[in-house]
Amino acid sequence: MKAAVIVFPGSNCDRDVTVALRQSMRTAGGGEPTLVWHKESDFPTVDLIVLPGGFAYGDYLRAGAMAAHSPVMKEVVRRAGKGVPVLGICNGFQILTEAGLLPGALMRNAGLRYVCKDVHVRVESSQTVFTNKYETGQPLRIPIAHHDGNYFADEAGLAALEDRGQIAFRYCDPDGTLDDAANPNGSARNIAGIFNKTKTVLGMMPHPERLADAPLGGTDGRPMFDGLVEALS
Amino acid sequence: MTGVTPAVVAEHGLKTDEYQRILEILGRPPNLLELGIFSVMWSEHCSYKSSKVWLKTLPTTGACVIHGPGENAGVIDIGEGLAAIFKMESHNHPSFIEPYQGAATGVGGILRDVFTMGARPVANLNALRFGDPEHPKTRRLVAGVVAGIGGYGNCVGVPTVGGEVNFDPGYNGNILVNAMTVGVAPVDRIFTSQASGAGNPIVYVGSKTGRDGIHGATMASAEFAEGTEEKRPTVQVGDPFTEKLLIEACLELMATDAIVAIQDMGAAGLTSSSFEMASKGGLGVELALDKVPCRETGMTPYEMMLSESQERMLMVLKPSREGLARRVFEKWDLDFAVIGRLTDTGRMVLTMNGETVGDLPIDPLAQAAPEYERPWVPSPSRPEIAAADVPPPKDAGKALLILLGSPDGCSRRWIWEQYDHMVMADTVARPGGDAAVVRLHGSSRGLALTTDCTPRYCLADPERGGAQAVAEAWRNLTAVGATPLAITDNLNFGNPERPEIMGQFVGCIEGIGAACRALDFPVVSGNVSLYNETNGQGIPPTPTIGGVGLIEDLGATATIAFKSAGEAIVLIGETTGHLGASLYLREIAGRRDGAPPPVDLAAEKRAGDLVRGLIAQGAVTTCHDLSDGGLAVAVAEMTLAGGLGATVAVPGGDLPLHAWLFGEDQARYLVTVAADAAPGTDLEAVLEAARQAGVPAQQIGVTGGSGLTLPGTAPISLDRLCAAHEGWLPTYMGC
Repeated sequence: MKAAVIVFPGSNCDRDVTVALRQSMRTAGGGEPTLVWHKESDFPTVDLIVLPGGFAYGDYLRAGAMAAHSPVMKEVVRRAGKGVPVLGICNGFQILTEAGLLPGALMRNAGLRYVCKDVHVRVESSQTVFTNKYETGQPLRIPIAHHDGNYFADEAGLAALEDRGQIAFRYCDPDGTLDDAANPNGSARNIAGIFNKTKTVLGMMPHPERLADAPLGGTDGRPMFDGLVEALS
Repeated sequence: MTGVTPAVVAEHGLKTDEYQRILEILGRPPNLLELGIFSVMWSEHCSYKSSKVWLKTLPTTGACVIHGPGENAGVIDIGEGLAAIFKMESHNHPSFIEPYQGAATGVGGILRDVFTMGARPVANLNALRFGDPEHPKTRRLVAGVVAGIGGYGNCVGVPTVGGEVNFDPGYNGNILVNAMTVGVAPVDRIFTSQASGAGNPIVYVGSKTGRDGIHGATMASAEFAEGTEEKRPTVQVGDPFTEKLLIEACLELMATDAIVAIQDMGAAGLTSSSFEMASKGGLGVELALDKVPCRETGMTPYEMMLSESQERMLMVLKPSREGLARRVFEKWDLDFAVIGRLTDTGRMVLTMNGETVGDLPIDPLAQAAPEYERPWVPSPSRPEIAAADVPPPKDAGKALLILLGSPDGCSRRWIWEQYDHMVMADTVARPGGDAAVVRLHGSSRGLALTTDCTPRYCLADPERGGAQAVAEAWRNLTAVGATPLAITDNLNFGNPERPEIMGQFVGCIEGIGAACRALDFPVVSGNVSLYNETNGQGIPPTPTIGGVGLIEDLGATATIAFKSAGEAIVLIGETTGHLGASLYLREIAGRRDGAPPPVDLAAEKRAGDLVRGLIAQGAVTTCHDLSDGGLAVAVAEMTLAGGLGATVAVPGGDLPLHAWLFGEDQARYLVTVAADAAPGTDLEAVLEAARQAGVPAQQIGVTGGSGLTLPGTAPISLDRLCAAHEGWLPTYMGC
């Protein structure tokens, strides 16, 4: 598998996700993710594009709003249109919604504060390139770290997401039960991550790269990277 | 540039005799620009004029020390070709006036001190002191400071992994915001501010210069009085995104051979950075101020030289590398301007559009900086309190719940969940334990980090308090299995012109020095913040210690969480039931008197070395140091962290039970030993190791169940403990 990690000047999880990807790629026989600078309007052909977490251009405007108009994103949108899988984590998810690759918007957390902690999310579908190593319904423990992760779409939009099976992850209890107490940011229907219609683009607020290594206290994020490498190699 | 009248001199915070010295150095009256430069360079904040004679007494050398105090940050050798670079610095005055920006720019400033030296910042910590929770300003200050620290660190992408917080009416008029950054660099790629090579270009990079922060250093060198809020314009505004760019651009350039010297523009901005580089190199400097990138039009030389706009650096480059450097900074969309050059004249010459607007000798100004041996009186000693003279609680369980839910004893989760403590994906031990542990990237080694001070001890007895702060930092690092290496100190006090305040300072320094020597724990960097005083009321003496330790094998560490049922809980260290100046005395008995616990540094070392050895050999994987609230609070925290209860047995001996449970004797730890441990690491072996080391040790209980049972009390459920411990701060903050 060949992977590109897009680097905006304010990306700060680019190294973390590169490390996590590299670990899975090495297990599968090698390769190294390519780092692509935000000013590039072209980059080599890859099997996976990752938009990492951070504060792309400072996010003093709406999170991801400026990044959606960067030179590199025009190319990311074009490739996504051709079916190249795109994974957006945290700020990457915000950019994907701003760029129109995913529906809805990420508003300020309901509690109005930045939140960094482990949460649980339930895998809503294992039938995708991103989630094939998980079981549908499986609860995962994965950290969040954001100020603007409160997913919003109108009722019709939410219904459409449900109907097409586009909801990837929902915030849940450790045992997988959905309730308000498990929702850390006020997201509609406990949504933590969504797919596009073709399930080739995934945006998610939790950071799988942060719990993909046992010394850090958990490995629930690891199967996502292993699964991507396996499916795309 | 006229109008230097006695009133203007006084407004600049210069005393009459200091002004006389300026006249002698220049041989003429200064113009306003020159006066401004003298005032900031000789401010307490920049010159350390009241503290220097005492700081010199601290031990600053050791096997691991590469650069001690005097550089932007301290540098220690951590093996395998790497150095840890770290420092702690205060941003107290600005944070009181404008909590969000004051705290944010405090983080920005300390980050720059560290990456200026070539290190990639890997962790931030902080130590915060707020006033009485009931004081009308406290809630707003807590919210603003925490949001500011998070807002800056989260965006820059450096994890905020630890810290401490206290509430005390003594900080009602002056909160303390102490921020620490730790970075890692290859030992052979460390950069300093010592300029060399007359003719080399001086380059300005980073943000543009604006009118913010003018005279910030002078403000930080004066007391507060009525109308302090009017000083708001002297507080700088932070831009963490630009800081992130600056970190990446500087580290990228540092990987080349372009840089001769580099210095961040912190307090007193362009003045202090250019002065320092030239002074350390024994050179002169010429600056064309019309070349300085400015945010606003019409800025005067005075404003440019004294601005404290953030996210700016000054560098001396090799002449042939200018183009290379320019390309790096333009890649990151940062300003880059050659604004002057080094000279061999030993003078600072400032021009504006070709006209000389200031001309000062560098060495005389630096060397003639005032240095005071201020009069001081020792702090009166307080009587020791016998445990028997402190009334026992009606119910020890209820007393424990009160302590666990008190402002100083409760969980700080509400705070650290607002900090990204996991970015960089190397945080092995998160906030909430004795020390944070950050993995050295790509290895199985790690750094242990902590900040510590117990202000109520320092107020009761500055010397014991100073020693205790160092000892507790050393103990916290030990408790996770680290070898403590060195400290940074952030000394926060009131007005040093008052002999009793100076006495507190002297006492704390003596205690810190003694502890550092005994524990082989040198001071490699630090910061002094004086004049933390409002309307003549000084803060409690608060010498915050930031400790750094090394873990050679992340596979052999300990955490405070109980791991499994049936483990023996062992108390290490001597218990005398010291209740003077304790949390129990304040929260339960409503008294603030008494001497703080004695600090026996030899016992501290014995106990710590024993515990570290037990962790290294794998006999112990659960460990917690005993501090505020004593044994009962420590064991409760261990049950909560592990979600597993415990039963504490009735102690032998004739100590009153409440003194045994809540006494704050130093040099103590709680550890657990597995029931099925192999011979050599079992309970008998642990107790024998303690005997051999001359350290008291006894089993005091056993883990298990879903509640905590203390001697003489009904079991308290973990849910109840948790509600008490986790409840106070969110409830207080109203969310």
